[in-house]
Amino acid sequence: MSAYLGDVVVLARKDLLLELRARDTVPAMLLFVVSALVVFRFSLPAEASDLAAVGLLWIAVVFTALLGLTRAFAAEREQRLLDGLVLAPCDRSAIWLAKSASVLAFLVLAEAIALPAFALFFAPVGWETVAAFALADLGIAAVGTLLAAMAAASRARELLLPLLFLPLVIPIVVGGVGASVQADPGRYLAFLGLYDLVFAILAWASFEYVVTE
Amino acid sequence: MSLRNNAGPAAALGAFAFLLGGVALAFYWVPDDADQGFSQRIFYIHVPVALTAYACFGWGAWKALRLLWTRDQRYDLESYTAVHMGVIFGVLTLVTGSIWAKISWGVWWSWSEQQLVLFLVLFLFYSAYFMLRYSTDPGPRRASMSAVYALFGVVLIPVSFLAIRLAENFIHPVVFTRDGPQMEGTMFLTFCVCLAGVLALATALYQTELAGKRLDERLRELREALA
Amino acid sequence: MSSLDARVEGHDVEAQVIVRARGLERRFGEKRALRGLDLDLGERDCLVVTGPNGSGKSTLLALLAGLLAPTRGELEVSAARGSIGFLAHEPLVYRELTALENLELYGRLYRVRERRERIGMLLERYGLWDARRERVSAYSRGMVQRLALCRALLHDPRLLLLDEPFSSLDAAGAEVLDAELAALAGERALVLATHEPERVRPLATLDLALA
Repeated sequence: MSAYLGDVVVLARKDLLLELRARDTVPAMLLFVVSALVVFRFSLPAEASDLAAVGLLWIAVVFTALLGLTRAFAAEREQRLLDGLVLAPCDRSAIWLAKSASVLAFLVLAEAIALPAFALFFAPVGWETVAAFALADLGIAAVGTLLAAMAAASRARELLLPLLFLPLVIPIVVGGVGASVQADPGRYLAFLGLYDLVFAILAWASFEYVVTE
Repeated sequence: MSLRNNAGPAAALGAFAFLLGGVALAFYWVPDDADQGFSQRIFYIHVPVALTAYACFGWGAWKALRLLWTRDQRYDLESYTAVHMGVIFGVLTLVTGSIWAKISWGVWWSWSEQQLVLFLVLFLFYSAYFMLRYSTDPGPRRASMSAVYALFGVVLIPVSFLAIRLAENFIHPVVFTRDGPQMEGTMFLTFCVCLAGVLALATALYQTELAGKRLDERLRELREALA
Repeated sequence: MSSLDARVEGHDVEAQVIVRARGLERRFGEKRALRGLDLDLGERDCLVVTGPNGSGKSTLLALLAGLLAPTRGELEVSAARGSIGFLAHEPLVYRELTALENLELYGRLYRVRERRERIGMLLERYGLWDARRERVSAYSRGMVQRLALCRALLHDPRLLLLDEPFSSLDAAGAEVLDAELAALAGERALVLATHEPERVRPLATLDLALA
């Protein structure tokens, strides 16, 4: 068990270190999410409610996540480095867990900018929204990482990931927007928790089969 | 004359018989629905088609699981064919559901029709399945990735269903209510006959497509061996 | 092309068999990269694989490493993942990390004992000690290849798979590798895919010419 966690830590540190050195993913995500919010400001008619804007916030975050996920296995794909990791005696699911953790970190960073920006451009953000994003991030990172590995192994690459990802993100958006706007956020937050649990377990168990033959 | 070897023709025959019987029952025997009248009869096709689509996705997921468990490549084609069937019947569900909505309420689409919305999400998901297969080179890798994705699909079905129910409250106000038909004896029998018919049709199509694809495979192998 | 193109000649060894293949075949879509290969590799054998480009050398090594699965036939590799060393076409090192960081990463993943010492020894042997804190992106091709060799040898594997190990190496690097291979031959199972078989001919106990 501790060996497994040790592997996860080693791999996650590697991913964070690489991002720190290359600095291409997180800045792009930050810029993208703010730009998207500004575009949305212009695309909403004047009488549009704040509720509609919250929906757009979720969309902005989902597409920012997609941007980050597309980069998640970029190095591994370009230099076939995933082979190097798959050859190692560590559990392949540790690769997934480590990569999800770094994706999660990037996403949280992006939201740390996005939510205040939203509060500035549109309307203040309540605790339910923050909680919803926290839960949604887990699901996005878990599922997105696995799908990113799939897309990296295909010929279509960046084109494929949104197609694979968007149907699976629909329940997250439902849960997230629901928790942000509805009177009883508890149900929606519980649903997000359920999504996270179910899909994280599935992704953890099946990552092995995505990266090996 | 074993059933195993003749599954295809047997299913086709069964499909013909049950569907013919089912349509006859649905149009001539069963009484009009109390709420919706004659137009409600499309229910006898729409729901069996929907259930069959679910069954196909489930079958595809089962074959996917077998593939991952045994790494036997033969399950890849079976899983793929089942998903393909599922998508065909899924599209049929969307079409029959849309027709029903038009007849009943005058609109081609209704977001409060949970079944339809669910199928829309699934249609998008399984279309991506085909994109995944199309953009990956054939081989063991594509087989295991497709299998994993098929498993995700089958888990997505209940999760999406829950999500759509939750979303009802804020996507659209529920304007049209429709009680699930309280099925009394005659209705239930007709429904079962139609369900059996559609399932048999799906089985027949599945066997046919699978046999065709296996033949293609075999042909390719032979061609290569001779080259 | 008949399947007899893959001839395995050389004397048999009584040692334990570490790789056993029967009718090994790997297809990529329509193309067959490897067909009907039979192989018995003992744990002290040195198999030299030759053949023109596209003959399946790299595919064979990837199959032995476990990165690819056979599309037909049987393949049994008795070495665990942690005791297989693979030098692939790609160096499999992170360009934005230093040599030290790369080897630390793999050292931990492979649970290498006395990691620091072993890393230091390998870096020194392959002349990378002075450049150990520089990012791999600043390395020359020869240096990258040497680092890749360090990575493959780091965990002292029982089965060493080397795909064109001499490519990009300068004379000094090639000399070190010669010495390394000479030391390992007879002690470990080696599989070398190479364009210069004469260089390793004295070490070979098995020969495989792919067409």
